[in-house]
Amino acid sequence: MSISIRHVINVALLVFLGIIPFLTDWIGDSFYTGLVARILILAIAALSLNLLIGYGGMVSFGHAAYIGVGAYVVGIGAFHAFEDGIDWMLNGYAQLVAALLGSAIIALIIGAISLRTRGVYFIMITMAFSQMLYFSAVGVEAYGADDGLSIYSRSDMLGLIDLNDEKSLYYLIFVSLLIVLYLMHRLVNSPFGNVIRGTKSNEARMRAIGFSPYKYRLTAFVIAGTIAGYAGFLMANLSDFVSPDMMHWTRSGDLIIMIVLGGMASLFGPLYGALAFLMLEELLSSIPLTIGGLHVGEYWQLIFGPLLILIVLFARNGIDSFLPQARKGS
Amino acid sequence: MNWLLLLEQILNGFQLGLLLFLLAAGLTLVFGIMDMVNLAHGSLYMMGAYFCATFTGWTGSFLLGALLTLPTVFLLGVIVEVIALRTLYARDHLDQVMATFGLILFFNEATRLIWGPIGLVIPLPDFLNQTVEIIPGAPYPAFRLAIILVGFIVAGLLYFIVARTKLGMLIRAGASNREMIGALGVNIRLLFTLVFGLGAALAGLAGLMAGPILSVEIGMGEGILILTLVVIVIGGIGSIKGAFIAAILIGLIDTVGRSFLPEILNLVLPEASASTAAPAISSMMIYLLMALVLAIKPQGLFPPKGVGK
Repeated sequence: MSISIRHVINVALLVFLGIIPFLTDWIGDSFYTGLVARILILAIAALSLNLLIGYGGMVSFGHAAYIGVGAYVVGIGAFHAFEDGIDWMLNGYAQLVAALLGSAIIALIIGAISLRTRGVYFIMITMAFSQMLYFSAVGVEAYGADDGLSIYSRSDMLGLIDLNDEKSLYYLIFVSLLIVLYLMHRLVNSPFGNVIRGTKSNEARMRAIGFSPYKYRLTAFVIAGTIAGYAGFLMANLSDFVSPDMMHWTRSGDLIIMIVLGGMASLFGPLYGALAFLMLEELLSSIPLTIGGLHVGEYWQLIFGPLLILIVLFARNGIDSFLPQARKGS
Repeated sequence: MNWLLLLEQILNGFQLGLLLFLLAAGLTLVFGIMDMVNLAHGSLYMMGAYFCATFTGWTGSFLLGALLTLPTVFLLGVIVEVIALRTLYARDHLDQVMATFGLILFFNEATRLIWGPIGLVIPLPDFLNQTVEIIPGAPYPAFRLAIILVGFIVAGLLYFIVARTKLGMLIRAGASNREMIGALGVNIRLLFTLVFGLGAALAGLAGLMAGPILSVEIGMGEGILILTLVVIVIGGIGSIKGAFIAAILIGLIDTVGRSFLPEILNLVLPEASASTAAPAISSMMIYLLMALVLAIKPQGLFPPKGVGK
């Protein structure tokens, strides 16, 4: 693989993200470590969703649900360990297995039904399923209902890594991101990935050459859901809190915005998109402008909403298209 | 089982169902004719409620306020269509989802800027603000009854327009085959704008009628938007008849389910777990119904002619 400017930019970004905890130590404000960690977790979720939207052409509008499932596993484990003294439920590995398995099974069920539909119907049914999970979380009084659950102790990784140490947690998230990036790269360029991409560009032709798209799509759907569940596991540990709001359909909308902002069907796009989305939010909400006694930053969505429309209309391919073009598929 | 309560809940179910139908009618036409995902439909519902609250305050009369609101929301719909949505018809669904998501953010924030973060109240005139005894021993709020009445009248009018007039013929033709009616020399642009404005006015009507019962607040359109999407997906996108039947079905199941599920669950479960499980299950029920319908008929119950492949 020849080294292009694009690769240099991508690697530079990763190196920069890798030294964030030391940079914030140096500035003396650890707030930013938490903020960047949050961005990276959302990037992991957006990366997984991009497998469906960007490569597979499946506009799933309920991806936040799997984040919620992963996060609730941690929350419920910590709740029972704290309230009922069931210690094994705090075991990080048990939680991790449950989070991955839970999100995979739920993605399998949702995917198996949703993938029978196409187009708008698919968007709507995935959204409806995520709302179903959202409402069931709202309805379960035992686990805090609307208010969610506070997590009093993070997952216990049995001494291998201490999640209570902000730096260790950050590096766990960072390394997870690297692994997911690598996984996506391998997956998309594998024969499996080719089938997925092929069904996006011409389903009839894929059928004609002997592939049945349904099971490939379903596999991709489950993989994406499982990775999002893992992102939820990380998110719960980072924010010490889970609530139904994590699964709300607007959160799924945010993930889609990240993908489109960053550029679809590119490996690094969702990472750029997640960075851009949260930085835009930070920037717009701190605009130091006051018109007629009104603080403009307080109404940042008034700018962000139309901006989104303009991006859709005029900058279709997102940030990725502004980077120097490399070989196709990199 | 308490029969009077059941009857009251069935009326409530019709009332919710008809509100949903007003929203779904506009949305399903926009979907069906323009193949456009419009998430901002709920925002027009919200604007209907806010405009009505303001106009009612100005004129001192709910009815006058409502009459002023309808053309205003129609105009707002036309403006939104011309400025933002027109260019999106040719784009794929993802772009439409994104752009209309942006519109929601804009409308919510603009509403907060103009009307403030605190919700509004729409005062009702005395003749609507009383209870009527349709059946002896079961007083029912007159306003809710009025909603049911208006809902049925509008549904009838819509049926007449869609099934019996030239405009309706074009709408039906558009839902079946968009390109063909364009090729036959119909001014599709104008038709789209008109249909969108009509849908907006219907959403506004739903909003102004829901305003006095629920609360007029920011984001009020989002919860009901999801319900509306469920309705049109179950009914079959582009079908008014499907939207009507599905809306009533959803309204009844949601309302009656919520009030009677605890009792029904009590028969099979111990009381404690029944009362915990009931709220979760009852809010999931309509989504389960939708999953079931789509699993069996992926095009919905009543897909418009020429669409079901």
